[in-house]
Amino acid sequence: MASDGRSVGRSGRTASVSPTVRQSDSPTPVVESRAYNFWYGANHALHDVTIAIPPHAITALIGPSGCGKTTFLRSINRMHDLTPGARHAGDILLDGGSIFAPGTDVVSLRRRIGMVFQRPNPFPKSVYDNVAYGPRLNAMAAPRELPDRVERALRQAALWDEVSSRLREPGTALSGGQQQRLCIARALANEPEVLLLDEPCSALDPIATQRIEELLVELKKTYTIVIVTHNMQQAARVSDYTGFFYVGHLVEFGETEQVFTRPIDDRTEAYITGRFG
Amino acid sequence: MSGRALRRHLASRAMTAVVVVLSFTAVLALLLILGDLVLKGASSIDWAFFTKSPVPAGQSGGGVANAIVGTGIIVGLAALIGVPIGVAAGLYLAEYGSGRLGFVVRFIADVLNGTPSIVVGIVAWTFIVRPTHGYSALAGSVALAILMIPMLARTTEEMVRLVPHSLREAALALGYPRWRTSLKIVARTALGGIVTGCLVGIARIAGETAPLLFTALGNLNFSVDITQPMQSLSLQIYVYATGPFEEWHRLAWASALVLMGLVLIISITARWVTRQRYGRIR
Ligand SMILES: Nc1ncnc2c1ncn2[C@@H]1O[C@H](COP(=O)(O)OP(=O)(O)OP(=O)(O)O)[C@@H](O)[C@H]1O
Ligand SMILES: [Mg+2]
Repeated sequence: MASDGRSVGRSGRTASVSPTVRQSDSPTPVVESRAYNFWYGANHALHDVTIAIPPHAITALIGPSGCGKTTFLRSINRMHDLTPGARHAGDILLDGGSIFAPGTDVVSLRRRIGMVFQRPNPFPKSVYDNVAYGPRLNAMAAPRELPDRVERALRQAALWDEVSSRLREPGTALSGGQQQRLCIARALANEPEVLLLDEPCSALDPIATQRIEELLVELKKTYTIVIVTHNMQQAARVSDYTGFFYVGHLVEFGETEQVFTRPIDDRTEAYITGRFG
Repeated sequence: MSGRALRRHLASRAMTAVVVVLSFTAVLALLLILGDLVLKGASSIDWAFFTKSPVPAGQSGGGVANAIVGTGIIVGLAALIGVPIGVAAGLYLAEYGSGRLGFVVRFIADVLNGTPSIVVGIVAWTFIVRPTHGYSALAGSVALAILMIPMLARTTEEMVRLVPHSLREAALALGYPRWRTSLKIVARTALGGIVTGCLVGIARIAGETAPLLFTALGNLNFSVDITQPMQSLSLQIYVYATGPFEEWHRLAWASALVLMGLVLIISITARWVTRQRYGRIR
């Protein structure tokens, strides 16, 4: 799969989407939001966002800066719980159950939904410990399996070759791009079901970017992936579905090919063709 | 244009000179104190000084072993009581203290921080010494711990607040429960700063005299019983320096030098811990 990652362009993508997905208008979504609204204090950041994110596919969220993409992404794993003054209305469902239902275990919710943040945030610990952090806590791996698991995650994140000899060095001593891939590896080592990525490639060179994209295409066999990106080519290349956010509204959502070639909304077209944003 | 550059250059020079002079004044005070102590105290420091207890007033010879051991016990016990409470309170304030309880705790800590240490001594006398009908080293330790706790709470809070929020989020997003995130990520990351804060706090209480006057009281004999009065270096200095004998004055100077040295060692350790921490992990 990795070798043909480059060919996952518009045509490659179409071929890779299974016929059932293409026939059915709405495959069973893993993550679904219903009339979801969000406020930072008085700032109404998200307006009635309704979206059904299909499983085993890559969904790209695009839109100008400050339009609520990060806000929406962080809502999915309830990262806003600790944001002072944050408030929401509407609902978000994971596998049909509301993530806000009373009695929901936020901790296990977050184990199922991995996240890579917009800015790299490695722990001030060794490269190895950074990746081993999740598996160790969640006791998913026997201590003996841990090194293998760490290596696998680092390889998946296209970082192994660069850090295999410096696993004991602090993760914070890596370059910005390496740190971001370390954070991706850390999220992968936890083996979540849904992976949320907030501009994971914004600090990466084209080679690392390409490898991450190949990784995502590989991962969607087992994971459901939501990626925020400012890179139109990237969205077109790797994603199966695309959602366009504009000032807190989800203006358009559909199959990537349709959104990029036959957008329904004028604002989507304007953004994609680079007329604003 | 070049006139402006010249003016800027001269202003820069002048400001640097002012800062250097002021820093030197601050350092000078320390050097004068240290120099004076060494001049007047060093000659009295010998083996007996560290190993012998005081001899009856007026006689020569003897040492302050009782006071050195006493300071170790009283301050050690105070740290044992004060460090866990102070650090836990600081962690609470930083991580969970945004509500009303946090506000109250923070306010109390600030008031306590500004309370004269002699008042803390009187409080310890009222609530520990009087009910138990006896002065004791333990009462002294409690008084010192009360002085230490608000200091540690506030420094720990500051240190924990320096930990970037993004680290907290990274741990939470991996499915770490909040309390575990606080301990394993936040407290660990701030550990260097917290340890430094503890050492600075210990150095500060090591020299306290007033709170011990009403609690540990002092003891001219060697004692390690924490339920009994105990000598400390600061009490020893107080008694000897105000006494009538030349021999006592001599020992007071030497004790002051030892106490100063002790505090210096703790402070240098604190600096070293800080450097270790931030040198290794950027
Ligand atoms: N912690 C916060 N507190 C208050 N307001 C916030 C906070 N985070 C974001 N906002 C506001 O919410 C709106 C949406 O921000 P968000 O970060 O979701 O945008 P974004 O689409 O991710 O932008 P970018 O592409 O620049 O990352 C913005 O107006 C922003 O100012
Ligand atoms: Mg964002």
